[in-house]
Amino acid sequence: MIRFIIRRLFAAFFVMLAVTIITFLLLGATGNQAARLAGRNATTAQIHLITLKYGFNKPIWVQYYKTMKNIFTGQAYSYQQSFNVITEVKHDYPATLSLAFGAGIIWLLISVLFGTLAAVYAGRLTDRVLTIVSMAGVSFPPFFLGAIFLYYLGYKLNWFPLSGYVSLNHPWQWFKHLVLPWATLSILFIGFYSRVLRSTILDNANEDYVRTAHAKGLTDGQVLRRHTLRNSMIPIISLWGLDMGQLLGGAAILTETVFGLQGVGELAYNAIQNLDVITIMVIVILTALAVVLLSAVVDILYALLDPRIRLA
Amino acid sequence: MSAESTAPLPAAGTTAPLLTVDGLKVSFATEDGLVRAVDGVSFTVDPGEVVAIVGESGSGKSVTAMTLMGLTRGPNSEFEGTATFDGTELIGASNAQLQRIRGAGIAMVFQDPMSSLDPVYRVGDQIVEQIRAHEKVSKAQAMDRAVEMMERVGIPRAKERLRSYPHEFSGGMRQRVMIAMALSCSPKLLLADEPTTALDVTIQAQILEEMRTLRQDTGAGIILVTHDLGVVADIADRVIVMYSGRVVEEGTLDDIFYNPQHPYTWGLLGSITRIDADRSQRLPAIAGMPPSVLRAPKGCHFRPRCPHAFDKCGEVPELEQRQPDVPTSRDRCWLPVADKKRLRVVGDQIGLAKPAQEPVGA
Repeated sequence: MIRFIIRRLFAAFFVMLAVTIITFLLLGATGNQAARLAGRNATTAQIHLITLKYGFNKPIWVQYYKTMKNIFTGQAYSYQQSFNVITEVKHDYPATLSLAFGAGIIWLLISVLFGTLAAVYAGRLTDRVLTIVSMAGVSFPPFFLGAIFLYYLGYKLNWFPLSGYVSLNHPWQWFKHLVLPWATLSILFIGFYSRVLRSTILDNANEDYVRTAHAKGLTDGQVLRRHTLRNSMIPIISLWGLDMGQLLGGAAILTETVFGLQGVGELAYNAIQNLDVITIMVIVILTALAVVLLSAVVDILYALLDPRIRLA
Repeated sequence: MSAESTAPLPAAGTTAPLLTVDGLKVSFATEDGLVRAVDGVSFTVDPGEVVAIVGESGSGKSVTAMTLMGLTRGPNSEFEGTATFDGTELIGASNAQLQRIRGAGIAMVFQDPMSSLDPVYRVGDQIVEQIRAHEKVSKAQAMDRAVEMMERVGIPRAKERLRSYPHEFSGGMRQRVMIAMALSCSPKLLLADEPTTALDVTIQAQILEEMRTLRQDTGAGIILVTHDLGVVADIADRVIVMYSGRVVEEGTLDDIFYNPQHPYTWGLLGSITRIDADRSQRLPAIAGMPPSVLRAPKGCHFRPRCPHAFDKCGEVPELEQRQPDVPTSRDRCWLPVADKKRLRVVGDQIGLAKPAQEPVGA
């Protein structure tokens, strides 16, 4: 286990190194940054001053080194808006984390329930209803579904607040503000996950070890819970790890925007619009870190589910 | 049991049979039509008796065995006939009844030990699961029994191996685990569906030895489903030969090997590789393919492949005793007994060949 963690950290370091270098080079290739920062009617002297101030005349690896150093010492100031990006991310990240993990747990639980029910009643009414519900869920874009939720449950019925994020210091308010975003984001994934689980369960139900389990005299429920379902969870867990990694990197931007959560997604969107190099770099590092950590978590879950996989 | 049913012969000198199968028919609805996988199978198994069911792939031998356990039940399958085990009718039994019998009264060992154990559980836990499904014992007690069972089927260091996962075992060891598991609740009947087919010959011999010992120790009846006549000769007391969903011949081991009545049985015996065979000759095989169960031929199913077929074969022969002096033997073949003795000799052994000179039916 310790060896596994050390190896993972080692790998994470190189992944982040590669990701940051590639991102930095790509951003550098977008044009003269000094000219862009100086604005439309800038004189050559002004551009020259900015070049000197931010060191755009230095070799690219020096620029990279300085940028990374600033980020890791907490001195990452946005060139455009001169706020401290680290402070900004710290402010925005709880909203993204709450949204992603809350929704992730909800959609995992509900899709296991739906997928299992659909597989058990395959071809019958329950299965057909769940198929239609799943398809509908996958087909609703979050901005539409979110707007519907906000209008009826928020505005008309006044059950939930209309927008914003409240920190966990006020748990009830935090929960109330997140219920609709969680629902919106989960519905998108539940459809897909429950379809995948349904077909995996149906495949596994034909496996020899399931026949053995029946031949042992277990009830159908015991066979399903102990044997079929446990073996069918393996692909679901790997999907979950990949999707969570994406969401933690700000991929839930549509949901964040509809509900005014001001998460990292919005920050990332604005940074890319303005080619705000420092902000983009910080968010890329964060995303890479999230993906690497989650894949390690997924590997541990894997090994718990399937003893043939060894952590070493 | 109805009057006209092909009631199985009571085995000589014993009390009530452990299992009585009568007129069992199994059909599956498929996209191409109704498949009659088992078409009227009747036989008995006595306590302590090893009955081998032999036949080619698709002859219905595995389906017969699995149907006894209710493992072929499904929305597309239909059943007729009865199978009475120890006083319980199996074919019409409720799921709850079957669950009580599965693993306790009747246990099953499957063909492929590589895939028949759940890869994500320790083998000990899998054996314990079966014990605790049937008996109210503590986990520790069940573990002790699992160790005992594993030792009995020849797994060394059973106490440690209990904690291993299936992928840490070889094929032969896994099949021993399957047998240990099957025997953990002292079943009265063991169904072994090609238990040695996926194994090396040396391991095969060891597994058969274990089964022989178990029969002696526990007095359980064994149904051995196989296509390997070598295995049959090794262990069986009685043999049932199946072809295309029907029993074509039934008899004691000696009946089948030394006095076979059905041309299909001759063909099977003729295709055994012999160590003293002339190696320049091709291995004899039964010409043609088994009939499709979707479009079975009229009359005797073996007729299209049988070199001895004649007019009468358009009618289905009953499975009945045809040799007055051999009460243990029954078969489904219209050929006169006297002609069979002559026709089945090919070279100096039993085989299936074209009739030489004289016409059939004298």
